[in-house]
Amino acid sequence: MPHFKLTVSALALALVAVSATAAVARDQVRMVGSSTVFPYSQAVAEEFANMTGKPSPVIESTGTGGGFKLFCEGVGENKADITGASRAIKKSEYDLCVANGVTDITEVLIGYDGLSLAVSRTSPFDWALTEKQIYQALAAETDVNGAWVANPYKKWSEIDPSLPDVAILAYGPPPTSGTRDAFVELVLHDGCKQLDFYKALDADKKAAFLTESCSRMRQDGPFVEAGENDNLIVQRIEADTSAIGIFGYSFLYENSDKLAGIPVDGVAPSAETIADFSYGVARPLYVYIKNAHRGVIPGLAEFIDEFVSDAAMGDGGYMQERGLTVLAPETLAVVQTAATSAAPLAAPAK
Amino acid sequence: MAHFNPGLLRRRKRNEVVLRGLGFSALALAALMLALLVGSLVSTGWQAFTQTHIRIEFPVSAERVKPDDIAKGNFRAAVQDAMQAALPGLPAPEARKLSAMLSNGAQFRLRDVVLADPALIGGSVALTVPVSDPYDQLNKGLIDRATPEANRRLKDAEIAAFDTLAAEGRVSRPLNWALLTNADSRFPELAGLRGALVGSFYALATCFLLAFPLGIGAAVYLEEFAPKNRLSDIIEININNLAAVPSVVFGLLALAVFLGWFGMPRSSPFVGGLTLALMTLPTIIIATRAALKAVPPSIREAALGIGASRQQVVFHHVLPLAMPGIMTGTIIGLAQALGETAPLLLIGMNAFLTASPATPFDASTALPTQIFLWADSPERGFASRTSAAILVLLTFLAAMNALAIFLRARFERKW
Repeated sequence: MPHFKLTVSALALALVAVSATAAVARDQVRMVGSSTVFPYSQAVAEEFANMTGKPSPVIESTGTGGGFKLFCEGVGENKADITGASRAIKKSEYDLCVANGVTDITEVLIGYDGLSLAVSRTSPFDWALTEKQIYQALAAETDVNGAWVANPYKKWSEIDPSLPDVAILAYGPPPTSGTRDAFVELVLHDGCKQLDFYKALDADKKAAFLTESCSRMRQDGPFVEAGENDNLIVQRIEADTSAIGIFGYSFLYENSDKLAGIPVDGVAPSAETIADFSYGVARPLYVYIKNAHRGVIPGLAEFIDEFVSDAAMGDGGYMQERGLTVLAPETLAVVQTAATSAAPLAAPAK
Repeated sequence: MAHFNPGLLRRRKRNEVVLRGLGFSALALAALMLALLVGSLVSTGWQAFTQTHIRIEFPVSAERVKPDDIAKGNFRAAVQDAMQAALPGLPAPEARKLSAMLSNGAQFRLRDVVLADPALIGGSVALTVPVSDPYDQLNKGLIDRATPEANRRLKDAEIAAFDTLAAEGRVSRPLNWALLTNADSRFPELAGLRGALVGSFYALATCFLLAFPLGIGAAVYLEEFAPKNRLSDIIEININNLAAVPSVVFGLLALAVFLGWFGMPRSSPFVGGLTLALMTLPTIIIATRAALKAVPPSIREAALGIGASRQQVVFHHVLPLAMPGIMTGTIIGLAQALGETAPLLLIGMNAFLTASPATPFDASTALPTQIFLWADSPERGFASRTSAAILVLLTFLAAMNALAIFLRARFERKW
């Protein structure tokens, strides 16, 4: 059977090819990390490839935690060069990096992302929430008449009579998401601090109480984990006019004809209110660069230059077009110098 | 004497009618579901098969583009110049801002055209370029002009400018070949499936080259040569079990073994193909064994009877006769592998790349992972492109299954 021989020889050829690739050097930048940073990295990668004609960088969306896991695997050709994060690196992640020989890291603050709470524009109710109300609606435990109990609220109006008389239903990100971490830190913790029960605690117990008791979303129905796909949340709240959705500001911006942002503590999310921090639910976005790869991976230095360029990160740059809240010019200049000069990152405190 | 009971007969007849009715309604329900699926995909996806283009005259001044270094020319400004010239009724700064109407790819298209023909510098060139996604949505009627201006992606002035250009007959809506010929992009109007198609092709080719000979080898040995004992029974049971293992398990295996131990390149279609081969192998072995079993023993006995060796019997007679069945099984296995997503996500084949892979060892996406990527993109234009990509994937699956049916009908022999 001649064609049988053919397949056998093709197989042999393939096996030879495998052993050959192990030796070929990588000529593309590899970036992993947060799905919130992903759209901005995509933009840089595309501009970089178009402008320089160099091989297209490989950008993977792995989530912040997954990104650090890959980034901290070690130094070497098949390890990632850069990771994006929607929060600062944790001590445990930094320690993992150091344990694997990734000791020289540069942290680059790229801008801010507003976390938006949104409803359908056709929602019959007038939504305006405070962080305390959001906490009472979505946390696993809260205080009722001075006692710390499992969250009993089923309707918004039970929390405050001025709120809509509908069942609480919120679609949000799963625990693996950086967006979820940010929501817990920026909304739940702040809301918890306004509860009488928390205020009455001893000062030395407050920090532990915050991380142990105020960090869990409720699991009894009103909060629905909708997966990492923010478009799915958008579709759900479009269909259900009394449900609210929690996602990155860029999704609200893209769907502004169908969705309205809910003002939190009286401030509605917009590029301006996120930039000047009057909207309380905004968080910084970072990228982390493995300095040992500079000068080794072709194109990495140019990619970083493009990433922190005014055309990308500056006011009117293409990251802003995609929904990023950009840095003030003075901060940008500092960040640019730090990124290009490979300023080393000190070990984080926590 | 048989006792005739009219009640019993009625019951039997009724049962038959009920059974037929149930069977038919099951079939109708399945057909309805399929119609719903394809219907919803087509209704959202058909818009992505056309793309709004605009024909516009680009002035290429020597001031913007230096003849001695064309690639570094300020083509962004040249695009703004073109917009300013096309909208003479508007103040210059506003008209220049409206260059956002043209896709971001316009400046690179212009650059490539000028690079190919430097004589254009100092003159001008008319090009038909895609419009950016919001204007494409407007032209397709997906942006409601009745929405209050504050809630609309495009403001009144932007819509008016677009309408002006449309009234001049510059706007067209040709077939969106870019969907198949372009690689991925962050701009829906430029994004295409080339990278995913090439990636899927490499992955399936690797899968076929590996799983087909190995699968046939294993099946021929088990069916024709292996002694029938406890050990071969255990192997058979395990192969059947392996066919039922969820694909994500093979993905985790590939992550640990191919990427972890062997250090193979992450995101490459080659590793994807190896993973899919693990998954397809049991299917091929089972199909091949069934095809070999279907060859009548008389053919083996006749060949042995005239002095053929066991090896000659298998390779000269049994295997060629079983080939149509084997091919059918293989194609169905490959079609399954084509649609597989989970193992590819685990080995990083969902990366964003603006180029298609040159070799099976370059980073790449595959069709299902590209769909996964697009489904998660915030831009409105990706919603219809996701459905369109699913339709492309379904077309390939249907074509492969049709080929399998054709092969079976054409070459299968009945005894």
